[in-house]
Amino acid sequence: MTFVAKPRVHHPKLPVNEIGLTRRDYEGPVSTLCAGCGHDSVSAAIVQACAELSLPPHKFAKISGIGCSSKTPSYFLSKSHGFNSVHGRMPSVATGANLANRDLYCIGVSGDGDTASIGLGQFAHIVRRRINMLYVVDNNGTYGLTKGQFSATNDKGSTSKKGLPNLNEPIDLVSLALQIGASFVARSFSGDKKQLVPLIKAALIHKGFGFIDVISPCVAFNNHQGSTKSYDYIRDHSEPVVVTDYFAAQEEITVDYAPGTSEEVHMPDGSVLCLQKLDEKFDVHDKVHALNYVQTRQAQGEVVTGLLYVDPDASDCHEVLDTVQRPLNELDVDDLCPGNAALEMVNAGFR
Amino acid sequence: MKPTNIFDPNYFHKVVDCQWACPAHTPVPEYIRLISQQRYTEAYMLNWDSNVFPGILGRTCDRPCEPACRRVRTEENPVAICRLKRVAADHKGDIGAYLPKVPVEKNGKRVALLGAGPASLAVARDLLPHGYDVHLFEKDPSGGGMMRSQIPAFRLPIEVLEEEVDRILEMGVVTHFGHEITSMKSMLEEDFDAFFVGTGAPRGRDLTLPGREESTSHISIGIDWLSSVAFGHTDKIEGKVIVMGGGNTAMDCCRTAKRLGAESVSVVVRSAFEVMKASEWEKEDAMSEGIPIINNRPPKEFVHENGKLKGVVFECVKPVRGDDGRLSYVPSGEPDVFMAADHILMAIGQENHCPWIERDIGIEFDKWDCPILEEDTLQSSNPKIFFGGDAALGPENIIWASAHAHKAAISIHLFCQGKDLKAARPPEGVNLVSQKMGMHEWSYDSVHDPALRFRVPHVEREVALKNIKVEVELGFDEALGAKEAQRCLNCDIQTVFTDRLCIECDACVDICPMDSITFTENLKEKVLRERLTAPAGNTEQALYISDELNTGRVMVKDEDVCVHCGLCAERCPTNAWDMQKSVFHIPQLGSYAEQ
Ligand SMILES: Cc1cc2nc3c(=O)[nH]c(=O)nc-3n(C[C@H](O)[C@H](O)[C@H](O)COP(=O)(O)OP(=O)(O)OC[C@H]3O[C@@H](n4cnc5c(N)ncnc54)[C@H](O)[C@@H]3O)c2cc1C
Ligand SMILES: Cc1ncc(C[n+]2csc(CCOP(=O)(O)OP(=O)(O)O)c2C)c(N)n1
Ligand code: SF4
Ligand code: SF4
Ligand code: SF4
Ligand SMILES: [Mg+2]
Repeated sequence: MTFVAKPRVHHPKLPVNEIGLTRRDYEGPVSTLCAGCGHDSVSAAIVQACAELSLPPHKFAKISGIGCSSKTPSYFLSKSHGFNSVHGRMPSVATGANLANRDLYCIGVSGDGDTASIGLGQFAHIVRRRINMLYVVDNNGTYGLTKGQFSATNDKGSTSKKGLPNLNEPIDLVSLALQIGASFVARSFSGDKKQLVPLIKAALIHKGFGFIDVISPCVAFNNHQGSTKSYDYIRDHSEPVVVTDYFAAQEEITVDYAPGTSEEVHMPDGSVLCLQKLDEKFDVHDKVHALNYVQTRQAQGEVVTGLLYVDPDASDCHEVLDTVQRPLNELDVDDLCPGNAALEMVNAGFR
Repeated sequence: MKPTNIFDPNYFHKVVDCQWACPAHTPVPEYIRLISQQRYTEAYMLNWDSNVFPGILGRTCDRPCEPACRRVRTEENPVAICRLKRVAADHKGDIGAYLPKVPVEKNGKRVALLGAGPASLAVARDLLPHGYDVHLFEKDPSGGGMMRSQIPAFRLPIEVLEEEVDRILEMGVVTHFGHEITSMKSMLEEDFDAFFVGTGAPRGRDLTLPGREESTSHISIGIDWLSSVAFGHTDKIEGKVIVMGGGNTAMDCCRTAKRLGAESVSVVVRSAFEVMKASEWEKEDAMSEGIPIINNRPPKEFVHENGKLKGVVFECVKPVRGDDGRLSYVPSGEPDVFMAADHILMAIGQENHCPWIERDIGIEFDKWDCPILEEDTLQSSNPKIFFGGDAALGPENIIWASAHAHKAAISIHLFCQGKDLKAARPPEGVNLVSQKMGMHEWSYDSVHDPALRFRVPHVEREVALKNIKVEVELGFDEALGAKEAQRCLNCDIQTVFTDRLCIECDACVDICPMDSITFTENLKEKVLRERLTAPAGNTEQALYISDELNTGRVMVKDEDVCVHCGLCAERCPTNAWDMQKSVFHIPQLGSYAEQ
C-alpha cells in the first residue's frame, strides 16, 4: 500500500475534454490495494473511459459490495456519488439508486466472490430486471480480501498458491449473463486497456444492463503457476474475437477495417461501435451463437474476450415500468399527491 | 530502438537538466538536498569542489542551469538554484577540515598563471594540492579579475569576494600583483614548465559616430568606468547620464551611476527589449530602481557645444520578425529624438585584446583575436601555453571560467608529467545507488512539492540607492531556503528499470502523474514518440527503452517531464522499478590524481 498521495502535477499537454476536465479530474485518491493488482488497472480504464466520454463526474453513482474489487470505487471518480454496500448485495442498492435517479450513470463494481459466490442470486435478478448500468466484475478467481480462498469462478483443477487443486466446477459469468437476458455482454482483461476502455464506454452508453467480466489478476494470491487467472496464463490463453472501437456521436470514425470482417453498430444516442471480427463467423447479435461460441472455445482451454453480445435497441427497467422521464427523487409533494380529483380518476379506472 | 545503456555516463547525466547545463557540472540536486538537511558546510564544499566560487556564484552566476531546470517544463519557474548556492555559502560552518592538503614538498614543476581572474585562480586551486609551484601575475594590486573590477559591490560584497579569492591564494600561490605582462616572449624565457593565460577579454567596445571625438571627456567606456569605481578612483557622477547598451555591463553601469549621485539615469538600447543581452532579473532590478530602459533607438550623433556634451540624437526604429524568426529593424517613421546628457557610459560589448602576446611565438589567433585552441585540452598551438576563461573563447562568465580551469588544469598536469593530453585524460563515469530504505521509504524526500518559486527578499530601496556597498539582495534565510529547496525535483534520483522482473501489470503506467511510461511495440524513435501516452513537447530528453518483455512489447519511459516522485517504484509489485541515485564522475584534477 502506498501512503503518499498522487501529486496534482501533470503532463503539460494533458488533454482537456469537452467539459474542460482532464483525465486527472476523474481520478480518486491513491489505491490501497496491493501494488500490481489488476483491479487498479480496471479503475484506471474506467477513469480514462469517463474522461473521454466527457461525462460530468457528479453524474455518476458508484455502487459496490465487499472485496478488494468492491473497494475500488473509492479510487476513481472522487467527485461522484458512491455506496459501498454489503457482501453480494450491490445489485439491490444499485437497483434502488437507479430507480430513484435514472439520470445518473450507474457503475457497479463487484468481485467474482461478491457476484458469483455470495451474490449469485442478486446478480441473476439484476440482470433480469435490466437495470440501466455498467456492471463490472473484477474477476481474479479468488477471495482476495480474505487472503486467497477459491471463489466460484475459479477453474476446476487450478491450484491455490500453496499448490492445492480446486475440486469444484466454475461458474462462467459471461455465459450466465447471456442466458438470463443481459443486453450487453463482454469479457476483457485488466492488462489490456486498448480493449477494455472502448468496452467500458460502450457499456456506459448502452441503454440497459451492460455487463463486463474483467479478468483481473490478484498479484498476492492468484498469480502463480497453476493459476488460470494469472497475468501470464491470461496473456497466453486469451482469444479476442472482436476488436471494438467506440466513436461518440459526431466524432469522426478513424478506423478502417478490412471489408467482410467489419460491422458498425449504431447506438441510440448516435454513437457508433466499430467492430472488427477476428473470427468471421462470429455474430455479436446472436445470443445463442455467442453462448455456444464461448463455451466451445472454453472447452478448448481458451478464454474468449471482446464484445460478445449487444442489443443496441434493448429496453431498460424504467421503460418496462413506464416511469416518468423525470428522476423519481425530483418529484415533489404536488407530483406525488396530486389531490382528490386525481385520486377519483384513478379509482374510477378500477370501477 | 535499441535498449538504453544506462551505464553510459551521459545517459542519466542528461536527465539531471541543471547539472548537465552547468558548465562545471555542479551536482545541483545533491547540494540542494544537503541544504534541506541543514548540512550547509557540505553543500558548500560540494559546490566549491566543482565551481570553486560558491559564495560569489550564489550571487552573480549567469545560471545557465535555471532555464534548463525541469520545473520550467512541469510548471513554469525554475528552482532558485543559484540563490540556494548562496544559502549554503551564507550558513556554512568552518570548512577548514575539508580543504585539500597542499604538500610542503613541491613536485619540481613550475607553472605561471597570467591574470588573477577566476580562471587562473581555479587553475591554481586544482594544481596546488599536487605539489606544483604556482606563480600568479596580475597587473592590478589584488586578485579576482573582473569579479573585483567589474561586478559592483551592491551585487557582490567585497568580503564575499575576498574570502573565496584569499582562500586560494592562501593555499600557497606565489603572487606577483601590480605586475603587468608586456611580452609573452620574455615570459617564455623564464623558467616555467607551463603557462596558463587567464587575462580575460579586457577591451570595451567604442562607437565612432559624429561628435565622438569632440565629446570625449564626457564619454566613458563602461567597463573602464566600473573598474575605476571598484578601485576607488571614481566616486561620483553628475548630471544626466545615458547608458548605451543592453547587456550585463549596461545594467551594472546604470545601477552604479544611480548610486553615485547622477541626477537621472536612462538606458538606451538599439534593439528590442526581449532580445537584450542582459538577463531578465537584471532588467527587472534596474527598472525597479527607477531606471527607464528605452528600446529600438540606435544612436546617430553626439551633440556638443564648445567641447561640452549636450546629448545624443537617436533614430527611431521598430523590429520586424523575418521568416527565420529573427528580428530586423526598419525605420518606424517617427522623427529622430534628442536626449540631453552630461555623461555617456558606453556599454556595447567587450572583446579580446592581447597586444602583449607576440604573434611569432607559435600561438595562432583567429580573426576575432582569440587564440586557436585544442577544444578538449585548451592547449594552444604552442604546447607549453594553455588558455582559459574569457581569454580563451571571448567574453563569457565566471562559471565558464571555472569549467575551463578544470579542463586546463588536467591538461597542464598531464603535460608536466609527460603524458598524452588526450589519451591519458581521466574518463567520465557514473555510479548508481539504490535509494530504497524500506517498503515505502526512500532515502530522499520523494513527495512532489507544488509550491511556486519563492522570491529573494531585497533591502529597502532607499537604503540600497544611498550606498554602493549595500548589497541589494538579502538572500534566503534558513526557513525560506528550506522551502525553496523542497521544490527541487531530485532529478538525479533515477528511475531504473529491470526488464526481467516486470510482469506488465500496468501499475506504474496508471500511477505515473506525468504519463511518462508506455508499454508498446518497439518502433523507430519518431513513430514511437507518437505512440506514447503523452508525447513530449521537448524531444531533447531521451526515451528510456527496455529490452523485449514477455509479451514482445518494450517499456518506454520518456525522461522529459518525470518528476522523480518514485511512485512507479512504489507501486511496482516486483521491484522492476527502483529509484537509484546517479553520481557522476566529472574528471577533475583532484579526483584523478588520487587514482
Ligand atoms: C560589468 C560586468 C559584469 C559582469 N557580471 C558578471 C556576473 O554577474 N556574473 C558572471 O558570471 N560574470 C560576470 N561578468 C563576466 C565575468 O566577470 C568574466 O567572464 C570573468 O571574470 C572572466 O574571468 P577570467 O579569469 O577569464 O578573466 P578576468 O576576470 O577578466 O581576469 C583577468 C585578469 O587578468 C588581468 N590582466 C589582463 N591583462 C593582463 C596583463 N597583460 N598582465 C597582467 N594581468 C593582466 C586583469 O587585470 C584581470 O585581473 C561580468 C563582466 C562585466 C564586464
Ligand atoms: C456476509 C459476508 N460474508 C463474508 C464476508 C468475508 N468476505 C469479505 S471479502 C470476501 C470475498 C471477496 O471476494 P471477491 O468478491 O472476489 O473480491 P476480491 O477481493 O477478490 O476482489 C469475503 C468472503 C463478508 N465481508 N461478508
Ligand atoms: S489481495 Fe489480491 S485482489 Fe486484493 S488488492 Fe491484493 S492483489 Fe488485489
Ligand atoms: S518517478 Fe516514476 S511515477 Fe514519478 S513521474 Fe517519474 S516515471 Fe512517473
Ligand atoms: S509496475 Fe512493475 S511489474 Fe508492473 S508494469 Fe510497471 S514495471 Fe512492470
Ligand atoms: Mg475475487
